[in-house]
Formats: sequence, C-alpha cells, structure tokens
Amino acid sequence: METSEWIEKFVLIVILFLVTLGIAAYLTYFERKVAAWFQDRIGPDRAGPFGILQPLADGGKLFFKEDFIPFAAEKWLFILGPGIAMFTALMTGAVIPWSTDLVLFGQEIALQVADVNIGILFIMGFLSIGVYGIMIGGWASNNKYSLFSAIRASSQMISYELAMGIVVITIVMMSGSLSLRDITNAQHGMNWNVFYQPVAFIVFFVCALAETNRAPFDLPECESELIGGYHTEYGSMKMGFYLFAEYVSLFTSSVVIAVLFFGGYNFPGMDYFEGNTLALLGLGALFLKTFFFVFVFMWIRWTLPRFRFDQLMHLGWKSLIPISLINMLITGIVTAFNEGWF
Amino acid sequence: MSLELIATLLGGLTIGSALMVVISKHPVRSVLYLVLTFFLISSNYILMNAQFIAIVNIIVYAGAIMVLFLFVLMLLNLNTENEPKSTLLVKVSAVIAGGLLFTVLIAALREGVVMAQPGIIDANDQGLVENLGRLLFTKYVLPFEVSSVLFIAAMVGAVLMAKREKQTVD
Amino acid sequence: MTMQSLSNRKKVVSKKEMTFMERIYLPAIFGGMWITFKHLFRKNNTLKYPEETREFAPVYRGQHVLKRDEEGRENCTACGLCAVACPAEAITMVAGERERGEENLYREEKYAEVYEINMLRCIFCGLCEEACPKEAIFLTDRIVPSNFERDGFVYGKDKLVESMDDRIDITKRQHTGKRGVI
Repeated sequence: METSEWIEKFVLIVILFLVTLGIAAYLTYFERKVAAWFQDRIGPDRAGPFGILQPLADGGKLFFKEDFIPFAAEKWLFILGPGIAMFTALMTGAVIPWSTDLVLFGQEIALQVADVNIGILFIMGFLSIGVYGIMIGGWASNNKYSLFSAIRASSQMISYELAMGIVVITIVMMSGSLSLRDITNAQHGMNWNVFYQPVAFIVFFVCALAETNRAPFDLPECESELIGGYHTEYGSMKMGFYLFAEYVSLFTSSVVIAVLFFGGYNFPGMDYFEGNTLALLGLGALFLKTFFFVFVFMWIRWTLPRFRFDQLMHLGWKSLIPISLINMLITGIVTAFNEGWF
Repeated sequence: MSLELIATLLGGLTIGSALMVVISKHPVRSVLYLVLTFFLISSNYILMNAQFIAIVNIIVYAGAIMVLFLFVLMLLNLNTENEPKSTLLVKVSAVIAGGLLFTVLIAALREGVVMAQPGIIDANDQGLVENLGRLLFTKYVLPFEVSSVLFIAAMVGAVLMAKREKQTVD
Repeated sequence: MTMQSLSNRKKVVSKKEMTFMERIYLPAIFGGMWITFKHLFRKNNTLKYPEETREFAPVYRGQHVLKRDEEGRENCTACGLCAVACPAEAITMVAGERERGEENLYREEKYAEVYEINMLRCIFCGLCEEACPKEAIFLTDRIVPSNFERDGFVYGKDKLVESMDDRIDITKRQHTGKRGVI
C-alpha cells in the first residue's frame, strides 16, 4: 500500500473509533432519556442544558472511583475481561460500509476501513468471541453469581448464534456475496432485503437482542437473581468498560441490521444525486436507520419483562432455529427457481 | 517489515502459545491459551490469503467449541487439591506414547512436506470463497459429504444420550 | 370440603395451552410496545424538587416550631407536658425563672432555658402539640434537613424558636386540631 493510502486508512480508523465511542457515550444518556420518556419522567437534566453533559459526568465519576481487584480474583484475567469485551465490540465497525466513496483532495476515499470479501463472517466471528469478555470476567471474579452469569452468557450466545448464522446465510443467498459492500449495493434504492425476507429480519432482530445481552434477554446481568451478573465484582472504569461495550455493540448491531435488511446507505431517490452529496446523504440515511433501530432496542427494553432462562433456550432452539432453517430452504428453492434450475 | 519476518514471528508466537496450552497448570488457562493459539493460526491463514478459512476457524473453534470447553471447565471446579494424582507408571507411559506420536509425525513430515515459501500463495483474493465453494462441491464433494454424515452420527449420539438421561429421571 | 371464598374475588389459575397466536408472542409484544409508545406523549409527572416543591397536606407534621406571641414573647412556660406526652422521649428541657426586665422576652414567669428535640428520636406524631396548654409548640410543613453528625439532629432553641422577622405560619395546624380557642 502507498503512504497516502496508509494515512487515509489511519485517519478513517481514528475517526471511526472516536465516533463509535462518542455515540456509545451518548447512547447511555439517550437510554436514560428514553426510559424516562416511556415512564412519564424527564430523565437526566442537571449536567448542562438538557443534561447533555451527563455522559462526561458519568465517565469522570467512573474514572475517579477506586480501581479494586478482589482478593480471590484471578488478577490478570480479571483485568483482561473488560478489555476483551471492549475490543470485540469496537472491532465490528471495521467492515461496515458507511457510505459510497467520498472525493476529498482529489482522491477517492472509501468510507469503509476494510472491504474484505468475508465482511459478514468477520462480524459474526467477532460477535461470537465477544462472549469471552463476559466469560473470562465472570470466571476470574471468583464469585458464584458472576460464574452463573458467565455460563448463562455463553450458552445464550451459542444458541442464538446458530439462528443468526442461518439467517445471515439467507441474506448471503439473496446477494451472492459475503462482502457487506456487495450486500449493500444489491439493495440499491428501495430494493431492501426486509421486503423479501421479513421473517429473516424478525429472527435476526431477536438474535441481535440476545447477542447484545439486552432486555428481554439480559439474563447474564439479571439483577434480581444474580446481583449484577458478571459485573458484580467490578468497579471503576473496568465496570465502565463493560457498560460501554454493551452500548458499542448495541450501536454496531443496529448498523448491521440497517446494512443487512434496510439497505445500508441506500435511500429512495438516490439516483438523482452523485459524488460527495450522495456519499453524505448516504451516510445520513445509514445513521438515521441505525438510530431508529437503537431506539427500537431501547423501546423493547423498557417494554418487555425478562425471559426465564428455560424460555430463552426454548425460544432459541425450538422456534428460531427451525424458522430460520425453513426460511433458508424456501429462499434456496426460490433462488434456484429464479436462476432457472428447474 | 517483510512478509517473511511477520510469518516467522507469527509462527513462533503460535508455537509458543500452543506450548503454553500444555504447560499451564490451570485447565481454564490452558483453554484460554488454546483460544489464543486459534487466533494466531487464523492470522497465519490471513497471511496466506485464506481469509475465509481464517474467519471460519475463529467462528467455529474460538467462538463455539472453545466456549463450550470453557463452559464445562468452569462448572467442574478443578482445584489443585482434588486433582487426581498421577502415578509414576502413568507418567512414564504418557511420555512413551507422546514420544511415539512425535516420532511418527516427524517421520511422516520429514520428506512429505516441501518447505513452502511463507507469505503469498495466491494474489487473486477476490475469488477465494467462490473457489473454495466450487472445490468443495466438485473435486472434494465425497469427503465433504462423508464428513457431514459423521456430524449427523455425532448429533444422533448426542440426542440419544440426552434421551436416556431423561428416562432414568422418570 | 372445598374452601369457600369469602371475598368472591377468588381466581382459579388456568394452565390451558396457549393458542398459536399467543405462542408466537408477537401480537402481545406489539401490544405492549404500543402502550409504552403512548406514554411518550403523556405529561411528565416529574417535580424538579429543589426548585419546585409539592404542596403539603394541611395535616402534614414536619419540623417543630416554638411560637412567640404578638409582642414577640416566647409562649413556652416549660411545663414539661410535651416531654411527658412524647412517646419517643425526644423532648427535654430545663426550666428557668423570668428575671426582672425580661418581660418582653417570655410571656410567663417560668420559661424554658434549654429546650431540645432530638429529631432522630422524634416520630412526628404531633402529641407534643396536642399536649401543649400554651399554644407554644407546633409541627410545621418544614422538612428536617439531613446532617452528617448525630449531634446536628438535636435541635435547641436556636433552631426551634421562631424569629419575629420570619414568623412561621401555623394557622393550618390550629384549625385541624381539636382545640378551638387560643
């Protein structure tokens, strides 16, 4: 690669990093606001106008808390846990195509850090190893509640990954590529996958809820039974990392849903624009869709009660996996029919 | 940095972390080193431009199988106190068995493998997934299908075991 | 023999199989989401506390006040009836005799040199107010503020006796009690 390309990618990565972290910080604020609106309250409004400095206040507070490691904990693994959670949550942003190419300083800049031809598998891979953050942290805490939580998290992740993977296969069948750029381009204009695969969308959405450990599937941090789950023993910024990682993965999951099912940066009437205007409008469209899904995630959290663990497993294994398998079969038959195999 | 240097570095790291799997006293640590080994192996695949295999290795081995391993080990509550004491006989026989395996492997690999140039195998990375899929369903279709039969057998076995468990409870 | 329901509100737990529509959960989930969505447009119930305060009921019993009369003389005569009435043993006092020249300070010849209420013991029942024959002690709608020290909760005359510049309104209490005349 040339030097300019290196610089371009480096700048892109830094921007992506900062934007993701900034958005995640403000999602914590947004979550509290949304919860307040749903419960006829106001929410945080003391730090700055409308409370918009609340994330800074929270972050500052977490930083200055005592950084505590329990006596009986496995020290290094205890530190490693939150780090892995944060790392895997941040990595998924690398393969997302944020918009069409942007022309700056006479150079075409692809708004995607890495257009690998296995983009969607990359996301699945990092989702699947995201559970290590919880497992290592939960086990290293040497606390039975944390351990329970780690075990719940891992079994939940593995169960829902299957249905999610099968649904992703159907989407890959629709577009004929594993690259997220190709998947997005196949949904040009309003040709979104959700109109062809509504069942797949619902299954994927439910799985995304489970994979990000959000209500109604937040059993790993089930307060009523497990105190705080895997972050029972954590404090200070290590705890902050866990909470933060949850919001980062909430954001990236919403982006992935937008890209896979709602056309990514495509929007109706995009053929009338070109160049930088198209790129910026596309970026705006993707963010609009993303924030809609973030809102839906929060909406669900403040509406539904938590599942029981056996119900969770029944839903995953006995409902979602058969549904997604049948859906995949039908998609395969229709695709084969369209290709003229019969 | 040249590719060769990166390849050597990664290879060394891979072997080192694989050794740590064996050396580590605590089983959970062993599993975590094994996960690290899988990641390093995957990065070796990426160096050889086999992205698909690399990521599938991570999803299947690191993401699913190792999670299950860890899951079981965490439940077992293994301590140094209740570790089964291995007698001298067991130790000696283990060394002999391991040594035999090692000898066989060396004998098999000594002439069989041409030391490949580390690094680039095929610059055409665009078609990698397609190429692999085509190969799996044409040239290697028999091994591919046979391995799927193996998986079905394993699944049937798992279902059977689960069923039997239930009957004894009743 | 089956138990008879006395309240007629007995509900038998039904464990019937869920129908298909119930089993796919989605209609119920969307129903629930519609309910929460409607709450987005409801009026907030929040009261921004230190700036806004909720109006207290007239019978509210908060921090005590030791009243003065119109001429600014303390009503309390240190009879001790409040301390006797107090079920929590929160009130203590030391009586003193009024000296010549103190007529503008104390209404009666005997007055309380020391009058202390321990706010941690007090249960705000209002019996001291009932017991007082001199209309000297009243419970008001003020809230006892928090404190870092236990000693800070023992309120002496400095905190209890009202100042003439800032008289505490107790008319609400005078009408709710059973005493009719002053």
